[in-house]
Amino acid sequence: MSIRERLSGNEAVAVAMKQINPDVVAAFPITPSTEIPQYFSTFVSNGTVDTEFVAVESEHSAMSACIGAEAAGARAMTATSANGLSLMWEMIYIASSLRLPIVMSLVNRAVSGPLNIHNDHSDAMGVRDSGWIMLFSENNQEAYDNTLMAHRIAEHKDVLLPLMVCQDGFITSHSIENIELVEDDKVKEFVGTYKPSHYLLNNKEPIAVGPLDLQAYLFEHKYQQAEAMRKAKEVILEVSKDFEKLTGRKYELFEKYKLDDAEIAIICMNSTAGTTKSVIDKLRESGVKAGLLKIRVFRPFPAEEIAKELSHLKAIAVLDKADSLNAVGGALFTDITSAMFVNSCNVPTVNYIYGIGGRDTKESDIESVFVDLQNIANTGKIDNPYRYLGLRK
Amino acid sequence: MSNLVEIRWHGRGGQGAKTASLLLADAAFNTGKYIQGFPEYGPERMGAPITAYNRISNTPITVHSNIYEPDYVVVVDDSLLDCVPVTAGLKSTGAIIINTTQDDSTLKSKLKDFDGDIYTIDARKVSLETLGKYFPNTPMLAAIVKVSKIMSEEAFLADMQGSFKHKFAKKPEVIEGNMKALEMALQNVKKIN
Repeated sequence: MSIRERLSGNEAVAVAMKQINPDVVAAFPITPSTEIPQYFSTFVSNGTVDTEFVAVESEHSAMSACIGAEAAGARAMTATSANGLSLMWEMIYIASSLRLPIVMSLVNRAVSGPLNIHNDHSDAMGVRDSGWIMLFSENNQEAYDNTLMAHRIAEHKDVLLPLMVCQDGFITSHSIENIELVEDDKVKEFVGTYKPSHYLLNNKEPIAVGPLDLQAYLFEHKYQQAEAMRKAKEVILEVSKDFEKLTGRKYELFEKYKLDDAEIAIICMNSTAGTTKSVIDKLRESGVKAGLLKIRVFRPFPAEEIAKELSHLKAIAVLDKADSLNAVGGALFTDITSAMFVNSCNVPTVNYIYGIGGRDTKESDIESVFVDLQNIANTGKIDNPYRYLGLRK
Repeated sequence: MSNLVEIRWHGRGGQGAKTASLLLADAAFNTGKYIQGFPEYGPERMGAPITAYNRISNTPITVHSNIYEPDYVVVVDDSLLDCVPVTAGLKSTGAIIINTTQDDSTLKSKLKDFDGDIYTIDARKVSLETLGKYFPNTPMLAAIVKVSKIMSEEAFLADMQGSFKHKFAKKPEVIEGNMKALEMALQNVKKIN
């Protein structure tokens, strides 16, 4: 029997970390993820976990400490947001290239500047090509569930890549909502113990980690990273199936909501997907065939799988909560349209940049996107695919 | 979606409107509901206007936006009536509950654009008599339960007794006063129109 609780998104992640009981947590507080290390350090003080908590002086050091711990053979976790992630930048790439399966909770917030503490996805989009697996979460439940699955995916021998679990800052991180928790002993059994094949503290196998890697081999090592990312899709699906057996909650690479018979659809990530579901339910009552494709796994990007689900549609809107400032469109939009082109899926598709810096996304905003999509479906006309939603003019 | 109840709280930083919204979410959760409780974070400082929200439903809630057409509005500080559009979007089938000692005709004229029910309570008096200090959020919590009927008063009081025991584990001497504040508030809410 699962445990019925009510927790904020941050509490949910902290509880997951408590149940995982990692060897090391190194973190530096930054809004809106601060509560995660705050709650976790309470668990450490109370002796609920036996984790070594490293209260570092910066996020660069937080990631460095996680790298050191993982290289030594320990299981390490951290949490951050926005500029905290920016300060980790150098070490983010080192973590993935050293194939260290660190797990991070990224509570999404706008990267400065000007200074803003509220939600958008500019922090996550900035590290989308850094070799980390990236899972997105609609609500506290998904943030919790993704965290419980994280180590099994990251530490899999075919993967060995760091993984970040994203959720929307404040919108879900600070909202108290219902959640179903898994019992401690079941989590322990599901997550398992970390048994790295090669690690620094193994005196029977002395190794070097992160030495100079020049023309002779770096290319091959990067290829191995890319291969690991390709293989991660299958591992994510395997682990998700096991998780479904445990909890009854089904997770795949993305979630389809009333998509199979839809004529128009929105593609988005995190909390906006929930608001979109509510709008779809209302539109369906009036006969509008609206649907949703919610991205769960953004890296690796399930290009072929997504393209397969879109070909029957008459119009698609991709919602990006970060502007790529490239005069082309947001990161999700360019990934989706590229996936569609390569897989010969030809459906009129537009992009909306929305929710920047915490601009609230209302049901009426989502409704307006579906109205636009109906017009595109009827006329086949797209004047400008690079659009804005909720922007004051 | 007809079972969904949406509540918007208006208060000033330091008065506990956010805490009250979280306690309401807790109480509704304990009666088996699906809940959301969340504040709108801004440049918070003591005395600045703040907003908090609750969604309470018999079915899972997927919407993640602020609330623009609430069923109920709770005003924890009546000075906000003069500077915040507290009735914006408030359903005419709904109600507003104000912590105030202003006379009925003044309130009615300030809220003349709102057609729904207006309730008042003197949360300062309740708080000072039961707690000896001004904590308006406890009486306002009881007031919204009374007006919205999202749970029975008995279930609410029983649940709050448990919550206070947990919340004030290190200050058990304040539990009785807080329970009295709730009980007195339930009796002191009045409809003025």
